[in-house]
Amino acid sequence: MKWKVTVTVRLKEGLNDPEGRVIGKALRNLGYAVEGLRVPKCFEFELESEKPEEEVEEMCRKLLANPLIHSWEYRIEPVS
Amino acid sequence: MVRFAVVVFPGTNCDFETERAIRKAGAEAERVWYKTSLKDFDGVVLPGGFSYADYLRAGAIAARQEIMEEVKEFAEEGRPVLGICNGFQILTEAGLLPGALRPNRVPRFLCRWVHLRVNDAETPFTSLYEPGEVIRMPIAHAEGNYYTDDPSKVRIVFQYSDEKGNVSEEANPNGSVLNIAAIANERGNVLGTMPHPERASDRFLGSEDGLRLFRSMVEWARR
Repeated sequence: MKWKVTVTVRLKEGLNDPEGRVIGKALRNLGYAVEGLRVPKCFEFELESEKPEEEVEEMCRKLLANPLIHSWEYRIEPVS
Repeated sequence: MVRFAVVVFPGTNCDFETERAIRKAGAEAERVWYKTSLKDFDGVVLPGGFSYADYLRAGAIAARQEIMEEVKEFAEEGRPVLGICNGFQILTEAGLLPGALRPNRVPRFLCRWVHLRVNDAETPFTSLYEPGEVIRMPIAHAEGNYYTDDPSKVRIVFQYSDEKGNVSEEANPNGSVLNIAAIANERGNVLGTMPHPERASDRFLGSEDGLRLFRSMVEWARR
């Protein structure tokens, strides 16, 4: 079975996101009342698997995220 | 004579300087492509650079290459494993050292000389330094902001300081927890350092303070 997977990895709450801070500041300079901007990373791929949840969870732990500083979530949909 | 492997990944760029510094410190050094085996070596050094272009996270992809299994064996056997800059990032990503290296507090590449306070002169890499001594080495990194959720468990080797050895917020270039610049594993045989000792290993470079790190390592490996 083939799946379309979207993984989002973000810095854990409370950890400073310097890139987000700079982008947020640039938006504020443009006049937008932006606060708390963070920059998560998004991965999209197709996966051939019988147990996609298990494998995607494993991928996050092994490579896509660093569990010490990141949290992650994912969406798994069948490829139509 | 003891022999050190200097591992080269795609994107590594401090390998020649590191090889030269080890030789100057009195050992044999050989640059080895990451698909080569590490047998026949007494120690391993992961030099600086931008392995895999720092894609995903600095050091993340190099840390998952097969050669790192051999590096892990070196570490477990108590042989010296040194990671410099990108090498430090690879060692944390591979789980050989605790913590993680995040993007610098101000998100830009930093390239300058820093003062360091020697916090632990009892590792195989720092035995030729005096405890509390202040030394100079350059940093060159975008992701050197060391993080750990439990600093009490980390063996801190160098801390960013001012020239008098004060470990202050002003002397912290990248936002590192407790001004941490270099750490070792509990046993002391694995060291990760963001500052570049190989770039401070000749008087004409501006400092020879880094050479003692290699000399300590070589002296220890000889035993």
